[in-house]
Amino acid sequence: MSIRRIDPHAERIRRNRLHPRHHELVRPAWRWTSAEGVTRIDPHALGAIGPNGIKRIDRSGGAVDAGPAVAREAARQDEAVPSRRPVTIDEPAGYVMVVPECLEGRLSDHDRDLFGLAHQLAEDRQVAVVAVTFQPALEGLEEAGADRWLDLSALVADGYAPEARLAALLAVETAFSPRHWLFADTFPGGGDLGRRLAAKLALSGEREDERVAAGVWQVADGQCLSRAADRQDIQRRLPRILLALAECAEPLSETRHEARPLTLEARFQSSFQSSMAEPGEAGIVDRGRVAVDPQRIPLAQAPFILSAGRGIGDWEGYHHAARVLGASEGASRVAVDDGHMPRARQVGATGTFVSAGCYVAVGISGAVQHLQGITKCQRVVAINSDPGCDMVKRADLAIIADGDAVLAAVCERLGQPRAAEPSEAVPEAGSGALSKEERQHVAA
Amino acid sequence: MSQPENATAETVDAIGTVHALISSGRHPVSGRPGRAREDARAVEMGLTLAGAGLHLVHAGNAEEPALRDYLGMYHGLDDSAARGELSLLPMAAEDDAVPPLAHWLETQGARMVLTGQRAECGEGSGMLPYLLAERLGWSLTTGVAAIEAVAATHVTVLQALPQGQRRRLDVRLPCLIAVDACAPAPRQSAFGPARRGKIEIVEDVTPERDAARAEWQWQPARPRPKRLKVVKATNARERFRAAAAKSSAANGQVLSDLTPEQAADKLIAYLRAEKILVDDDEPASD
Repeated sequence: MSIRRIDPHAERIRRNRLHPRHHELVRPAWRWTSAEGVTRIDPHALGAIGPNGIKRIDRSGGAVDAGPAVAREAARQDEAVPSRRPVTIDEPAGYVMVVPECLEGRLSDHDRDLFGLAHQLAEDRQVAVVAVTFQPALEGLEEAGADRWLDLSALVADGYAPEARLAALLAVETAFSPRHWLFADTFPGGGDLGRRLAAKLALSGEREDERVAAGVWQVADGQCLSRAADRQDIQRRLPRILLALAECAEPLSETRHEARPLTLEARFQSSFQSSMAEPGEAGIVDRGRVAVDPQRIPLAQAPFILSAGRGIGDWEGYHHAARVLGASEGASRVAVDDGHMPRARQVGATGTFVSAGCYVAVGISGAVQHLQGITKCQRVVAINSDPGCDMVKRADLAIIADGDAVLAAVCERLGQPRAAEPSEAVPEAGSGALSKEERQHVAA
Repeated sequence: MSQPENATAETVDAIGTVHALISSGRHPVSGRPGRAREDARAVEMGLTLAGAGLHLVHAGNAEEPALRDYLGMYHGLDDSAARGELSLLPMAAEDDAVPPLAHWLETQGARMVLTGQRAECGEGSGMLPYLLAERLGWSLTTGVAAIEAVAATHVTVLQALPQGQRRRLDVRLPCLIAVDACAPAPRQSAFGPARRGKIEIVEDVTPERDAARAEWQWQPARPRPKRLKVVKATNARERFRAAAAKSSAANGQVLSDLTPEQAADKLIAYLRAEKILVDDDEPASD
């Protein structure tokens, strides 16, 4: 009689569905489809004996995955691209207009929430959600949930032209008479345009009773809840124009819409042109962006931050690099405590919570409090000499190098090395021969 | 971003009296009545621009204690004997403020009106400047951080954009300017000027009831629910994976063993690809 030998290591791996080698050691599937298309079940293979002699049945699907390699591969591809149910509306009974903000030319989370709210308003009806944009190319409208896409960039010139945009929206209003208009309640973007449209429609006298709802954050049962001033909420009947706050609804995740291009009929376009020609001179003329000193932007709002920590030895070089790159300066707590940077520049839970689009951390290892302060940053670059630190793990791009040397090389590559500035070369001349450590001692 | 130095004389020539619409505010934490933050900034902007030539307007309750706080800002001006003047259009909180205000501004021949973006009491929808401008046929700008220059036909202003950016705009007169919260901070309200300030009650105001408002239900603001991370998993394996996954995604690119020059090239290339560095100062070596 042969002794049944058990490899305890393999048994353990077999029981642990998350083990990386689980798929190699798992037993054959207990149920499979044969070549004839018949479902076969192996009753002996069903379940496994656990460590205390009790049979355990795994119904999670993990063991089935371990079947033929082809099926596993297909399952993995499904996992990578979750399929969305396609939705098409051929003959819409009405329209819900969404005017996304498109900061930096792409859809924001707030815009996706607006589309979610639009589908909540259009529920169970053949109502098409239309994205009204002022730019010719925009990605992600299908996933966001636009059934139609009306691009008005041909009518309205680029730049800030609220009056021309309002005239275009009025042409859309007369052409489609939508059931609802949705704007993001932000200044000076969607909130401005939405209020202009609401004021125009309210005083044109066609629909006397309608009133815009600003600060909408919940819609249910034909009622909407909007945040008023002085810590009050207003519940009212659903108006036609809504200015919604962020997170007003869940963005769509299960359906994929077609975003079919929609065009404004020629007669409405010509009426738009004539309405634009009438007043002669525009009320507001855009004179373009103004260069803002990055050091004067409040740290919490700054779009691009170059942050320094203990790994910086050459502070003059760091300030120079921030000037060359046009970045706002930030600092870790250590750098502030050591007196290299003012307290107002400290980033993190004990300083400022920043929301930069790009955050470059030089010589910062990434304490928990510091990482909490940069959770809202979209892109993080770490320059650090320690490859194992937490900031490197958090970063989208990590460069393992000495921070001072990299910053000096960056200034050189951008054509503005520090030595070229005469005003700074003079105090530097005396300490030029000192090494980095010696300079730190001198500073201390 | 600094205000023009000798603006007062030019301003009077170009636009006559500057008006500021004020409302009573609430302290964001204590809820105590006082100046509204944005309105106080609008008054500050008007005082810097026109000095004692700024005229305040309020539509609402005549017993409002916050009105004196605005009048108390008339100090530190060129004319030390200047005192604030406020026109009060008496009405109840349920009345529509737009028609009387529009009528009053028209009769006064106002050409430039400053105000905050949103009220801190009542509905606070921020619609009042828009409705006023629409009714008067004026041009309107919101989110103004500073007034740079005043000319005979237009005003040059700086508009505040997200992330601390600014945009320069020419606004045709007559115009209504809604001031953003990032405008220069208002001066303190002093007791003496507040006592000396004059409140003139406008007599012939016939306010109308705001009909739509009667249908609304007011309730104390509920805290907004936090959005939960919804895990759409069909089986236990995926649910466990989602629960056990670390929040910080470790899918970043790590570059090691680079010389500082190579590292600098990589960094510059990354910043250019993300459109943070603009390409126009491309070095000649490329």
